[in-house]
Amino acid sequence: MSHAIDVDIERQTPGGLETEEMTLNMGPQHPSTHGVLRFVVKADGEVMRRAIPDIGYLHRSIEKIAEKVGYHGFMPYTDRVDYVSAMQCNQGWAMACEALAGIQVPRRGEYCRVIASEFGRLASHLLSVGATGMDIGAVTPFTHAIREREYINDILEELCGARLTFNYMRIGGCAWDVPPGFVKRATAFLDRFEPLIDEYNELISFNKIYVERLANVAVIPREMAIAWNLVGPNLRGSGIRYDVRKDVPYSVYPEFEFDVPVGTGERGTLGDSYDRYMVRMRELKESCRILRQALGGIPAGPVIAKVPRNFKPPAGEVHVRVEASRGDMGWFVVSDGTAFPYRVHIRTGSYAAMAIIEELSKGLMIADLVAVIASLDIVAPEVDR
Amino acid sequence: MDVGEIHRRLRDRFENAVAPEVKPGEWPVVQVQAPLVAEVGRFLRDDPDLAFDCLSNLSGVDRKAADEIEVWYHLMSYRHRHQIALVAATPRPDPVMPTVSHLWPIANWLERECFDLLGVSFTEHPDLRRILMPEDWVGHPLRKDFVEPDEYHGISTRRESLLKL
Amino acid sequence: MQQLADRLLNEGFLQGLPTPVGYVLVVAFFAFVLLNFIMLVAGVTSWLERRVWARIQSRVGPNRVGPQGSIQWLADGIKNILKEDIVPLAADRILFKAAPYLAMMGFFAAFAVLPFGDGLIVADINVGILYVTAVTALVVVGILMAGWSSNNKWALLGGIRSAAQIISYEIPAALAILTIVLFTGTLSMQGIIRMQGWAPWNWFLFANPFAFVSFFIFYVSALAEGNRTPFDLPEAESELVAGAFTEYSGLRSLLFFLVEWGNLYVIGALATTLFLGGWHVPAFTESAFVLGVAQAVVFFLKSYFLVFVAMWIRATLPRVRVDQLMSLCWKYLVPISFVNMIGAALWFAIFPNGSRVASIAMVVFGLAIALYFLSRVRFHLRRAKPELTLSPIA
Repeated sequence: MSHAIDVDIERQTPGGLETEEMTLNMGPQHPSTHGVLRFVVKADGEVMRRAIPDIGYLHRSIEKIAEKVGYHGFMPYTDRVDYVSAMQCNQGWAMACEALAGIQVPRRGEYCRVIASEFGRLASHLLSVGATGMDIGAVTPFTHAIREREYINDILEELCGARLTFNYMRIGGCAWDVPPGFVKRATAFLDRFEPLIDEYNELISFNKIYVERLANVAVIPREMAIAWNLVGPNLRGSGIRYDVRKDVPYSVYPEFEFDVPVGTGERGTLGDSYDRYMVRMRELKESCRILRQALGGIPAGPVIAKVPRNFKPPAGEVHVRVEASRGDMGWFVVSDGTAFPYRVHIRTGSYAAMAIIEELSKGLMIADLVAVIASLDIVAPEVDR
Repeated sequence: MDVGEIHRRLRDRFENAVAPEVKPGEWPVVQVQAPLVAEVGRFLRDDPDLAFDCLSNLSGVDRKAADEIEVWYHLMSYRHRHQIALVAATPRPDPVMPTVSHLWPIANWLERECFDLLGVSFTEHPDLRRILMPEDWVGHPLRKDFVEPDEYHGISTRRESLLKL
Repeated sequence: MQQLADRLLNEGFLQGLPTPVGYVLVVAFFAFVLLNFIMLVAGVTSWLERRVWARIQSRVGPNRVGPQGSIQWLADGIKNILKEDIVPLAADRILFKAAPYLAMMGFFAAFAVLPFGDGLIVADINVGILYVTAVTALVVVGILMAGWSSNNKWALLGGIRSAAQIISYEIPAALAILTIVLFTGTLSMQGIIRMQGWAPWNWFLFANPFAFVSFFIFYVSALAEGNRTPFDLPEAESELVAGAFTEYSGLRSLLFFLVEWGNLYVIGALATTLFLGGWHVPAFTESAFVLGVAQAVVFFLKSYFLVFVAMWIRATLPRVRVDQLMSLCWKYLVPISFVNMIGAALWFAIFPNGSRVASIAMVVFGLAIALYFLSRVRFHLRRAKPELTLSPIA
């Protein structure tokens, strides 16, 4: 877990002054909400030379466990791949298995999936936006965001009984149907929540100090974002309009009307932290739109297709992408014809975001490092799996 | 650009290093010989009509039965919105692949993960060391014949079953 | 206090004691009283801050220990005292142990010149303001010592940032103070207060536009000196845990936090003295005792209102980054305060006795700002949505 990093003490002489480079450890324990991440920061006073990420503290060998527990049994584990927005991970795994075996999910099941995923996206973006505010120093938006997230958790608890690791979807559909009155309560929540998005936006997004902390910090130009395989709001913050739900549509997303918000460099350069933050705020509104359409038109029918308990998809490989909250999550599943997957590889959005931090950190200040981690919306379970 | 055209261009350029058939699907699969992966990658990235500017995924698969380790490269293009998957196989006892981290910077970490968990060495990689496992770990966990060690730094990995049957 | 000591020695019950001993006894007594007052104020401030924060963040805050949680601070204080006393192995023991006491000394000594009423002041020295500015600089030494001796790079970074910040912001604060001293001609705290009156148009805040501006300069700089948000990067939680005080636990960390909260009161008291008319009340009674109590209450309320504003700001605003903080000080506040001082000097040259008209105009202006602010508050309160029931399943 720890590198053999040389502690070089460079002595430079700019203008005759001898300065040493400090090697600081922003250790796995720190009071930030993004999980166990570690950075070895080489800094010259306040300005960083490099911030070398050290990952692996939350490595739970989920991919190896998949080979032992089988297709059906792996579903609860997929929640833990990104426990902040677990519904979309469920969907990714279910879609990969269905692609391997050619199973068609009934329409009602797809609608339930979309509703669950979009609520998960709301919850995850709320947490991200609140945590960004808190890392910059404004503690108030965080508590308000968490309060809204609690209401969303209540709604999702109605669906599946859990508040964080849902295990709601199954191969072939969803585990349970929506309970009676769910649509009414979910719509009531949306009626309350949509105007509040504007209120939370006004609370902090246009505050001068906040804008100064985020604008022009860690600018990621287009080519860099693509070459480093940034996805999701990180990619869209750099101006690239790509969303798996629109460009490689899956499930019933083609039936819904929604826009894909893109960063515009409104306060600073295109691709800076403020753009990524605003993309997430705007995505909250878009998710509400999708939810209203989905809640308004759930078709009748079963929610799950008939899938044998001893699920043995034919041998083959499949690579399925879902638009998770942190970007498109690639599920590469190799099957050998038995009831246990041969290989599962999950490529998550936070992995690339961690990788790019070393490149971005040159010349940033230590105080900016926290802002960058928050704006890239990195969660440790996605990075380490 | 459709996959047939891409495959034809690859065959024109690299002839027998690229397999004659393309497995169709959402990610058409093209088999490539391992030592030429970097050149194929460069061709795919730099050609303006192909423009595969993004390495979406790099995974290793341990094919124990065939005694080789496959490395899958899922490439996509934001400019032309097409995608392709390359497969390269390398012998299992001493798996070596050329690196593509000079083409797509994200490959740096993805190849490190492949090295860490499967043991594939990538030549000319700028920083090939373990990424997820501790640096003094022995063995490559995702291999099919990986045996879990009995202890790590004095912490035992065995415990008695919690079910007293 | 000097006169009281002399009176007690000559006629009171300290007769017969040698003068130095008598002085020491009186000083010790007043120090004890002040220490209790400070501890009480700092503790209650910590509880009040948590309640105010909680309401701003739409939650409740401590409400278990005592009525409405009002002795939470006592419980926290006792808990901190009972904690294990950890000194890091590689830390410089002497400096590590001495740092909190230095910071306490610097902050405590400022209370010697804080007035509570007419004649209710420990020592009305004739360089009161200057003394406060000088002695609060000891807190910097304490913080720097804490950061250095912890043998922790993050603590050192926090300590250095803090020292740079406090030292830089001394300048606009001192210039703002100077602007007021221009009008009064005296540095003594009671002297400055005596030149004001109880009515708002007699306060220095509304005396002229330059004093109005220098109130804000002073308040912002004093917040920065007290390491309060938006300038609390030295103790930024997300990065440095507690900055210079990371390695401290138990009683020592309690002392540092008491310094921070008590400093709020000092800021409030200074601002009240300089700008808000101090302890003046209209003469509504003959009894000097009742008048004294009224003065103390008025002074305390005015200072505490400014403490409340500081808490409010802390809950709302994000943190300013260190280089932005420095550029704010040197590129904006210092030139503005220089221009302000020159303008105030010109004003004083033109209106040596102040201008009644200008004061009343400023009061009207201040009232207009306050009314606009209240109307915005009413607008937002009206728009706030009612809460859903706690459980949507109900």
